[in-house]
Amino acid sequence: MEKDQYILGIETSCDETAASIVKNGTEIISSIVSSQIQQQKQFGGVVPEIASRLHVEQITLVIQEALNEAKLVPSDLVAVTVTEGPGLVGALLIGINAAKAFAFANQLPLIGVHHIAGHVYANQLIHEMEFPLLALIVSGGHTELVVMKSHGSFELIGETRDDAAGEAYDKVARVLGLPYPGGPQVDQLALMSDESIDFPRAWLEKDSYDFSFSGLKSAVINYKHNIEQKGGKINHDHVAAGFQQSVVEVLTVKTVKAAKEYDVKQVIAAGGVAANQGLRKSLTAAFEKEGIPFYVPPISLCTDNAAMIAAAGYEMWKSGVRSDSSMNGRPGMPLKSWN
Amino acid sequence: MIWLGIDTANSPLSVAIVKDDVVLIEESSMMKINHSLRAMPAVEEACRKADITPSEIDAIAVSEGPGSYTGVRIGVTIAKTLAWTLDKPLYGVSSLKALALNGQLFNGLVCSVIDARRSNVYAGVYRAKGTELVSVLEDQHCPVVQLLEKLKECEEAVLFVGEDVKLYESIIREHLGKQAYIAPFALNVPRASSAISLAQSANQPEIVHTFTPQYKRITEAEANLMKKGSSHE
Ligand SMILES: [Zn+2]
Repeated sequence: MEKDQYILGIETSCDETAASIVKNGTEIISSIVSSQIQQQKQFGGVVPEIASRLHVEQITLVIQEALNEAKLVPSDLVAVTVTEGPGLVGALLIGINAAKAFAFANQLPLIGVHHIAGHVYANQLIHEMEFPLLALIVSGGHTELVVMKSHGSFELIGETRDDAAGEAYDKVARVLGLPYPGGPQVDQLALMSDESIDFPRAWLEKDSYDFSFSGLKSAVINYKHNIEQKGGKINHDHVAAGFQQSVVEVLTVKTVKAAKEYDVKQVIAAGGVAANQGLRKSLTAAFEKEGIPFYVPPISLCTDNAAMIAAAGYEMWKSGVRSDSSMNGRPGMPLKSWN
Repeated sequence: MIWLGIDTANSPLSVAIVKDDVVLIEESSMMKINHSLRAMPAVEEACRKADITPSEIDAIAVSEGPGSYTGVRIGVTIAKTLAWTLDKPLYGVSSLKALALNGQLFNGLVCSVIDARRSNVYAGVYRAKGTELVSVLEDQHCPVVQLLEKLKECEEAVLFVGEDVKLYESIIREHLGKQAYIAPFALNVPRASSAISLAQSANQPEIVHTFTPQYKRITEAEANLMKKGSSHE
């Protein structure tokens, strides 16, 4: 029997300080996430400088906890993996420099992981990936459709041309006067609503897998203005439901179309917005109808975590990918294949 | 006893290894290179050149700020991670005091200066007392003019140390005249061995997990929030 391979993952790309230990790329041994939501709430969003300051306070504690919970010591590990980008540069640098120091002190290889590759590989912790595979990545910073023909191979077939889906959620939440982070609350209001306002869908060109959400966001703002100018008041539930239906329909229809065109064996959803109940339901129903296996990780693995970084990092480690100690934080890092 | 020292609090970088009061190796660079690219490689290089494995390090000293937010965080993150995982004591020292040590032999006050933009500086004022540096004006973030007014009241010779002093040379001379001395360029280089020497005279090591930089300044977002809070009262 082969020896078990334990990988340490570290993630600090935004407002979560996270560390995790994953066994053989598929089994979570420990996953610690220290969220800054409580501290960032008062500022109505993530303040990058504050995110960086809080990461410094948490980073060694979180790594220690990941090791303690796993009942492992550094010499049990085979590699240290860390989010290299994209993300907030000052925040990325804390995880990266901690990873470098840890790797050096314990003489372990260091591997820089793309944050989105991490989100995709969160699924590997739930269900084995089968190729070709289509991944829909939806979060506060991303809305992307990626085709994978094998491990470590990524082909971007569609992306947002303006706002990311999660960004649109947060902006609409602000229009509705919901406190940060508002995305999940829009989802809640939409689920409770029995009626919905009809908002436009941005399909773009006929063959395009790209997305656009800024027009929808403007439509919501205009709708509110119009009603208020007439002295009326908008119904928050109905607006939330209408907005959510528009987003979910476009995401679902384009994902189904791509899955058929690329004849994939598996479809996965990933990223913070993949925690959205409305989207999960819609995608699940659509792919059930098509007879294509669809997977979405549990919510704790959709939002930012380090287990997903370790899972992706494990595949990179197996393929011989290594980083060196001059690794920099890369806020705009493109998703590149390593295989 | 083997010490590792790291100073990335401002744009210069310095890494040193001191063994039994001998500076085995010290690399200081005033080149404006991203610390994330250079800091950890410099630590590794210093260890390799000094023929020291990470586990042979007995104690770590780091410049805790004030200075560049990102710079100081990189040094502190590296230092606290090493100290924690190697289970060795960690000492944080003032970046200003470490810099002021370059002017230790000056007969008068030593004022170390790091630019904080928009005519503001981080500054510390010290006096050499025997082999120790005693703080005269606490490390602070303040308008350069305010610092100079305070120094004028001291009516003593002041040596200004630091690469950023030249940004304010004319205003320093204007306010202090003959009271002011500008350090020669060789004394502007922060030295990680100075951080180690200060750490050696410190009483207590830091609590590694909770150790954070000394920013000496709240963030803009916090300042705005406080302003908003007080205007509601
Ligand atoms: Zn994410």
